[in-house]
Amino acid sequence: MTLLNAALQGIFLGAFYAVLACGLSIMFGVMRIINLAHGDIAVFGAYVMFVIVEHTGVSAFIAFAAALPVMVVLGYVLQLTVLERSLKSGILTPLLATFGLSIVIQNLLQLAFSPDVRSLGGSAGAVTTGSWQVTSGLSVSALGLVVLVVAVLVFGALQLFLSRTRMGWMMRATAEDADAAELVGIDSRGVYAWATAFAVAIAALGGLFLAIRSVFDPVSGPTQLIFAFEAVVIGGMGSLWGTLVGGIALGVAQTLGAQIHPQFAVMAGHLLFLVVLIARYGGGRDFLPRARRLLLARAGR
Amino acid sequence: MTLLKVEALDCRYGLLQAVRGVSFEVAAGETVAVIGANGAGKTTLLRAVAGAHRPHGGRVVFDGVDITTLPAHRRVALGIALVPEGRRLFPSLTVEENLRVAASPRRHGRWNMETVLEVFPLLRARRHTAAAKLSGGEQQAVAIGRALMSNPQLLLLDEVSLGLAPVVVEAVYRALAGILNEGATVLLVEQDLTRALGVAGRVVCMLEGRVVLEGPARALDRDRVVSAYFGLRRPA
Repeated sequence: MTLLNAALQGIFLGAFYAVLACGLSIMFGVMRIINLAHGDIAVFGAYVMFVIVEHTGVSAFIAFAAALPVMVVLGYVLQLTVLERSLKSGILTPLLATFGLSIVIQNLLQLAFSPDVRSLGGSAGAVTTGSWQVTSGLSVSALGLVVLVVAVLVFGALQLFLSRTRMGWMMRATAEDADAAELVGIDSRGVYAWATAFAVAIAALGGLFLAIRSVFDPVSGPTQLIFAFEAVVIGGMGSLWGTLVGGIALGVAQTLGAQIHPQFAVMAGHLLFLVVLIARYGGGRDFLPRARRLLLARAGR
Repeated sequence: MTLLKVEALDCRYGLLQAVRGVSFEVAAGETVAVIGANGAGKTTLLRAVAGAHRPHGGRVVFDGVDITTLPAHRRVALGIALVPEGRRLFPSLTVEENLRVAASPRRHGRWNMETVLEVFPLLRARRHTAAAKLSGGEQQAVAIGRALMSNPQLLLLDEVSLGLAPVVVEAVYRALAGILNEGATVLLVEQDLTRALGVAGRVVCMLEGRVVLEGPARALDRDRVVSAYFGLRRPA
């Protein structure tokens, strides 16, 4: 029963990772940009909501609704000012640009908010504490359920958007062949800017969940980025539903790992990531023969 | 009335100069074929007209407007559509999505989903198939249909017969003949001389980035065209 409970909590945790990873997956899928500032953007979003809550005293969810337009505009402008230029100079430049952006965001947040740890858990209402005891060993937290439902809704809405709307087709067309997309009348710059705007907006949703379920400070971003990144890779780069599955797989691995030893939680997630990485990209097929050959050569000497 | 005017166009890829000082005009309703050997600069010329290649020098004037620096998607809105070499469909999009994504909300006219399917009836059964799963001929039909969806004033066709079986080429050209007969303005690149001379009213022959021969298709005799094509002897 404890294992089942751990797996269930892992699914809830994984849904949170999937929301964080969603924007990362969009930007990689559409523009082939690996956004190293994604975690910091999520944390930045959390601070925007924090400021709104501090000044108005509204609930964290209302603060999120208010922060959303800010984040959409931020993403749009970010693409047109920084990322578009960096994209023109090869695949490594966006990586460096977003790495720099990550440092800039962290330091600006330090400057404005000090390194103090914050949380929005107190302003999210009963959701943070509510739970249902299903059986003695199995409990469902309200927040976990909310995160899971929202995650499925976000991925479902995105799926519908990409497969049913003209804007969605334009985004897929641009992702597959930006040059040909221009030739059929699609403004690829605009599509890229919207893709980044969506990614940043969904990152803010990840920031909201982070701020409600635990605490954050100006340097929380990179840790979130690593989990989001692992979710994207486990699910298969650029695949939407894969990202949701990848996030959940990562969450379950972490909570099951914690059953072995509390300190093993994060490590278990990393191990799953490593195994997937080797199996899919590292030539899992020739990894073992190569290792054996190496050993034999050493023994022969 | 002149629809397209290309003036002293220069196109480069780094140090390589693909188009050197090319000038010509296309009148409304005319079909002009650009012919020439591999590497003569035909595709680059078409891409520069469509806006996919930023020229190094010269001007492209469309319908009296200088469009030399306009990005490709804005030219589509003005009425220029290119069927690119190699078709370049969006592989994961279905036939219908490929066509509808190209429908310009601001340009209305004869072409829509239904009329395109009338010209290429073979696509009707494949409407919901991903473009990646189509045969070469079907893909070419979608590529042409996709260009038509924006109701262009000027249709640019780049090697529509490339890599297709002769029977399929025949079918594609039969469909094109219908479009041409309706008075569309077409600038096409074609390696098959006979085909180019058969379909076009006027021919522009390029060699090493320059126009070496130009004239009405009917007035040009085949030997002259062939020697210009391969640069055997430069016409004075």
